[in-house]
Amino acid sequence: MASTREMRLRIRSVKNISQVTRALEAVSASKVRRAVKAVMDTRPYATKAWQVLTHVAAQPGRSQLHPLLTERTDIKNALAVVITGDRGLAGAYNSNVIRFIAQSFDNYRVPVKYIAIGRKGRDLLFRRRKQVIADFSNLPPAPSFADVSAIGRLAVDSFLDGEVDEVFLVYTNFYTIARQTVELQKLLPLELETEHEHVVVDQTRKTHAAYIYEPDEREILDEIIPRFTALQVYQAILESLASEHAARMVAMRNATDNARELVGALQLAYNKVRQQAITNDILDIVGGAEALAQ
Amino acid sequence: MPIRCEIVSQDRMVFEGDVDIVTLPGSAGEMGILPHHAPLLTTLKYGVIKVRTKDKEEIFTVAGGVAEIQPDIVTVLADAAENIREIDLDRAETARKRAREILEKGVPADTDTYLAVEAALRRSNLRLDAVRRYRKVSSRPYEEKK
Repeated sequence: MASTREMRLRIRSVKNISQVTRALEAVSASKVRRAVKAVMDTRPYATKAWQVLTHVAAQPGRSQLHPLLTERTDIKNALAVVITGDRGLAGAYNSNVIRFIAQSFDNYRVPVKYIAIGRKGRDLLFRRRKQVIADFSNLPPAPSFADVSAIGRLAVDSFLDGEVDEVFLVYTNFYTIARQTVELQKLLPLELETEHEHVVVDQTRKTHAAYIYEPDEREILDEIIPRFTALQVYQAILESLASEHAARMVAMRNATDNARELVGALQLAYNKVRQQAITNDILDIVGGAEALAQ
Repeated sequence: MPIRCEIVSQDRMVFEGDVDIVTLPGSAGEMGILPHHAPLLTTLKYGVIKVRTKDKEEIFTVAGGVAEIQPDIVTVLADAAENIREIDLDRAETARKRAREILEKGVPADTDTYLAVEAALRRSNLRLDAVRRYRKVSSRPYEEKK
């Protein structure tokens, strides 16, 4: 059995760790609140924007409307925008995203290129020897639309240049503190049959009458389609951020709980060892005294 | 039969409700939308949106954006929008002064700062104009600050 000194050290180190995890939990708890508020605030806009986009895509003759709406017949390359965190210690948050990527794209029909958002995801993609064409790490803790609109623009440009023929978005959708799921959204070309979680396209509202466009069709679509696409990326980043903080908070709470349990068990073992040592000492003294008395 | 109107800006839902008529500052000119309007998609200029029901009228400033019109719903995706009742006159006034001063000092044109300051100036001008013109007819009486 370990010496009492070693056990004391062990107990102290576990206690220290639990203090750190408790502090991290508290930090994440406040961050998650702020991140969730940011998500909720922008959801109505993102939802409406997506609705308008799908209405536009539902227009008759959509393939001629705008290149970003055109389904290409010959698909040679795909692009995936992958959103992860910059830091670890968030439970399975980052690895879930990468596992999802492996499942969805490892045997995909065409080669897949990646845009990595977040350092952890970038590193994991590199390790798996994926082709990463751009890396957006170290985003500000509460990014604004202007901070991330470049990412959407890059995706749109690669699509328009013909460098890629499909663009996907992989992010972690935030439902509750305890539930976040990795989700795949097809960004370009725009798909009508969307399973996007918080958009319910009202079937009764599906009008097949063509829109009147002001100023004119080309100009307005050129403006809104790339912009709304970038907005989807922005919303996905906010969702992922909230998920990351929530995942970290839960992971840290579990770590703190485990540490407390461990300290309990160690303390019990330590007390037994200490008691054993005292008993032995008393036996020695008593034995010695008896030997002297004889 | 009313028409549904939803105004959202990038960070929140600004207005949501059933109304009788919506007036929008479309890029091709002011337009009034009644129920059963033909589907229409338009960009918006800086201006005011008026939303009227039988007994009251709400007025919003809008700093550009897009509006989608369907027979039963008007969706406004504003770059920025607010009810004129929420506008703080003093703040708008100081913002305007500050923006003017910066512009007068001379900022190189076509830089991000220039564009940002110019946009700020346009926004505060819009707010001030809207408040001065419309606040009296707004549904909640406006009390003049002494």
